[in-house]
Amino acid sequence: MTEAAAWSGLAIETRGLTKRFGRQAAVKDVDLEVPRGAVFGFLGPNGSGKTTTIRMLLGLAAPTSGEARVLGHEMPREGGRVLPRVGALVEGPGFYPYLSGTGNLHRLDSADRYAIGRTRGARVEHALDRVGLGSAATKKVKAYSLGMKQRLGIANALLTPRELLVLDEPTNGLDPQGTREVRSLIRSLAAEGTTVFVSSHLLAEIEQICTHAAIMSAGSLVAQGTLDELREVGRPRVRLLTPDVALAAPVLRTFGMAVESHDSAPEASADGREIIAILGDDSIEPDAVVAALVAAKVRVRGFAVERTSLEDRFVALTGEGFNVDQ
Amino acid sequence: MTSDTETAHASTVDSSTTVLASVRARPAVGWALLGSEISVLFRRKRTWAMLLALAAVPILIALAVRLTESNPTSPGRGPAFLSQITNNGLFVAATGLVVCVPLFLPLTVGVVAGDTIAGEASAGTLRYLLIAPASRLRLLAVKYIGAAAFSLAATLVVAISGTLIGIALFPIGPVTLLSGDTIGVGESFVRSLLVAAFITVSLLGLSAIGLFFSTLTDVPVGAMAATIVLAVVSQVLDNLPQLVWLQPYLFSHYWLSFADLLRQPIAWDSFGANAILQGAYLLIFAALAYGRFSSKDILS
Repeated sequence: MTEAAAWSGLAIETRGLTKRFGRQAAVKDVDLEVPRGAVFGFLGPNGSGKTTTIRMLLGLAAPTSGEARVLGHEMPREGGRVLPRVGALVEGPGFYPYLSGTGNLHRLDSADRYAIGRTRGARVEHALDRVGLGSAATKKVKAYSLGMKQRLGIANALLTPRELLVLDEPTNGLDPQGTREVRSLIRSLAAEGTTVFVSSHLLAEIEQICTHAAIMSAGSLVAQGTLDELREVGRPRVRLLTPDVALAAPVLRTFGMAVESHDSAPEASADGREIIAILGDDSIEPDAVVAALVAAKVRVRGFAVERTSLEDRFVALTGEGFNVDQ
Repeated sequence: MTSDTETAHASTVDSSTTVLASVRARPAVGWALLGSEISVLFRRKRTWAMLLALAAVPILIALAVRLTESNPTSPGRGPAFLSQITNNGLFVAATGLVVCVPLFLPLTVGVVAGDTIAGEASAGTLRYLLIAPASRLRLLAVKYIGAAAFSLAATLVVAISGTLIGIALFPIGPVTLLSGDTIGVGESFVRSLLVAAFITVSLLGLSAIGLFFSTLTDVPVGAMAATIVLAVVSQVLDNLPQLVWLQPYLFSHYWLSFADLLRQPIAWDSFGANAILQGAYLLIFAALAYGRFSSKDILS
């Protein structure tokens, strides 16, 4: 038990979690810390190792090295004790097409030895109602749309009260209305005290509901913390639009600002180029900077101070574009 | 399901699930999953299609014999006991089983056994069963029992359909056994059931092989085909005179050795030898399946 005592009371904790397929590492040395009660956004582009990490957390795949603890228990060894308290949606819904929505949930609930059979029918009905599938409950799943299957997958995660919900891309295939519904469902579950671990490659979808987030890139965890912590990592920046780039850069440097990207600034327009500089510390007055620029005969056509959004941070950490990592 | 109504709904669900007592303190034995497996298996259209096809075999045989009966100049090429059918309809069941054992029964059992794990993997339900959680050992046991139940159902379907069509199309009466003794109609039903039991036991080894193959792939058709091909290969090897030393160890070696059950008194030797052989195959391939499945990364 001394070893267990060394682990804190986190809902999910991994240490050095690594998974290799052949020579390629799908997940490298990931140290996740998901506090209880958090709505934890697990972000990363496609192919960054999110789903592989989730498979290891749920005991579907064994780590090559490192450890994973879920609700204080070691996975995959103690999965039989932990998993009844965990509801999950992994890599899209999977159902028997020839059974109805109700039939599918009965089937999966009967696999849980802790679930009480006597109340199964009522619990299935509640779960279906909760995701708005009450009216399609008796339809065969092969007649379901992708969004309906996704909802059924979420209903499956809600069959018994759970301490932890792991939702892998829960809004995949949902229309905007469905996306909103899933968000409000996650909010209400979190309000009941459930820890929610939700992965997504669309930052905007979960930025509004998360208390914490982690960002994966090419198999590694590149950042994690509360949403505010993640935002603060990016310091305020100055965005200056001017045709006199060569004149402006030295002026900005006298304020201790690090000038970025003035050579590679892509959007050279009639108004000049855009210079981005990191505003070194908050004590610098933007007004003073503009005054100094004008005094140095820099034609200022645009000037803005901005804080990085999580999106900028996400893009900065994971890279831009549609290329799947590796 | 707006935000407000959702919150209200959530609280009602919460209170009612508390009343519903959804979770027990100690785990149940897990029979519910077995019940679900059997019910899902036998509600599937594919299962019904296979059972209906098996039921059609003795019916087709009986009809063919009945229609050619009036034409004694063409004796046909079938097994010797085919002609017995015309004398006694109770032979139809036995004839149907003999015809089904080499291919039709292994074919259908191969489909069900090969589908056990690979079918769940390809449907994407395997991961949800495992995180429900069904332990891997329990899932394998449930799947195997399901395949064995199908073997029993398939054999019984042939026996029952053969008996019924035999009664419908031919005269029935006391049956003369291979030992020359004669038994009554009631006793002959018991013997038919014994033969069905023998064949069910014969298919247990093949079911275990199919279960093992099913843990190797996420493509159910592959596991089905491998199982069926192996059943055919085993029977071919069993007929090669050069391989006499090997033949007692082939899982198909006793498939057609139920003649001993049609003697008076019943000789149980081949039943026992078959049971031991099938048990050995079951142990070996169940162990292989568990060895493979318990450590497998579920990436489907």
